Amino acid sequence: MVSSFKEVLNSGKFVITSEVAPPKGTNLEKTLHHIELLKDKVDAINVTDHQSSVMRFPSIGGCLAIKEMGGEPILQMTCRDRNRLALQAELLLASTRGINNVLCLTGDAIPVGDHKEAKGVFDLDSLQLLKTVRLMESGQDLGGNDLDGAVEFCAGATVTPEAQPLEPQIIKFEKKIEAGAEFFQTQGIYDLDNFTKFMEHARQFPVKILAGIILLSSARMAKFMTANVPGIFVPQSIIDELAAMPKEEMLNKGIEIAGRMIAALKKGSICDGVHIMAIGKEEVVPDILAAAGF
Amino acid sequence: MKSITRQKPFEEIKQQLDGFDRVFIIGCGTCTTMTKTGGIEQVLEMKSQLQEIDKLVSGWTVIPIACDEMSEVAMKENDRAIQNSNCALIMSCALGVHRISTYIDRPVIPALDTLFIGVEDTPGYFREVCAQCGQCIIGETAGICPITACHKGLVNGPCGGTNNGKCEVDKEKDCAWTLIYERLKAQKRLDLMRKYQPPHNFQASPRPRTVKIS
Repeated sequence: MVSSFKEVLNSGKFVITSEVAPPKGTNLEKTLHHIELLKDKVDAINVTDHQSSVMRFPSIGGCLAIKEMGGEPILQMTCRDRNRLALQAELLLASTRGINNVLCLTGDAIPVGDHKEAKGVFDLDSLQLLKTVRLMESGQDLGGNDLDGAVEFCAGATVTPEAQPLEPQIIKFEKKIEAGAEFFQTQGIYDLDNFTKFMEHARQFPVKILAGIILLSSARMAKFMTANVPGIFVPQSIIDELAAMPKEEMLNKGIEIAGRMIAALKKGSICDGVHIMAIGKEEVVPDILAAAGF
Repeated sequence: MKSITRQKPFEEIKQQLDGFDRVFIIGCGTCTTMTKTGGIEQVLEMKSQLQEIDKLVSGWTVIPIACDEMSEVAMKENDRAIQNSNCALIMSCALGVHRISTYIDRPVIPALDTLFIGVEDTPGYFREVCAQCGQCIIGETAGICPITACHKGLVNGPCGGTNNGKCEVDKEKDCAWTLIYERLKAQKRLDLMRKYQPPHNFQASPRPRTVKIS
């Protein structure tokens, strides 16, 4: 079955994805509320996979909920917690449940999370996982055995356009395309000139690029991310814009900034769409879209 | 090349020695002497620490190379003091502890944790450069092993956590893939970084690993 997300990607329309984070526990209320809010407003919803190496309800569980609610899920799969047997098994499960989009990630390191003594698996990496998806589509598994029923996925990956140094990231980006990535959701970007330069290079490849838009909820968050999150660079002008607002107005300013960036990306036809990450403030994603003119 | 060790917390050593009143202490004249975790000084320090908690130290020795078969001779030379003990507390790496366990009938208690096989970059600074994985790819990664030097052991390039040449896990640690990139670039061999590396064979030499040289 061709995923409806793949059809949207290939339709030429400006694609919008967003994401939800599953709960730590069995109380799904908040996550389901976010899915309800987003499912008809975006083209697909990612479900994070133990984001920041913090143990949570699984990504595939969130994807199943999205399917049940009539939305289009993107299964985020990291290589941190499962070996090649478990990863392939989960791809089989996803495929049988109509989850037809997968985002192949290496995964954050164990020490940044909340189970600091756990074993980081990394039996495969993001590239090898992409290749595995394509291999399983051909009806084989990594052991060289035939599958009784193949999978079919729209497979994506990530790239960090602001990484320093950039060239190693670009090489890996191109390797991911060779390995079978059809779309990319980028790390959060804030400097449109830098991103445009990245896109000038990326445009030569037959892949869809969705720019990562991370909502800034305060000047402090913007400064913190620039200082501490690899590959994130918020220009001083944006930090100043947030800092000039009274505290209670900062979130609205952040929504305005995100909306403005999305509108500019669309207007300039700079990329194929955006992936909006609201990080705990998923309820304002519709406001960001409204600010962008959608 | 050294077997790099770290002394266990004394509380853990104490707990392992519970029920053993008479202790024979064994150090090693090679790696743990160099790393100051099991040389004469540390053995003597351990001796007084044990005496402070009312253990009787029946004797001590620092064997030249604890993991060597010559350790058998050293054990025989100290037979009387060993027989006079309930256990041997060993301040060598685990290879030495294992070797000694085959020569004496007393329980062996490791005083150290064995961390890795390392090289000495600068005096006193030891670094792990090989994980002994049995499938060497450093011919394609400019002599730097990404399985060892990258926190995640990635073989196909850097992750998104790389930050100005440092690792997301520890800002003091170099990103292995930035180092590999810089060296390959200087050697004009960046095309090697574009090569797809297939999944690692973790059973290249199935555990427990043995080799018989004919």
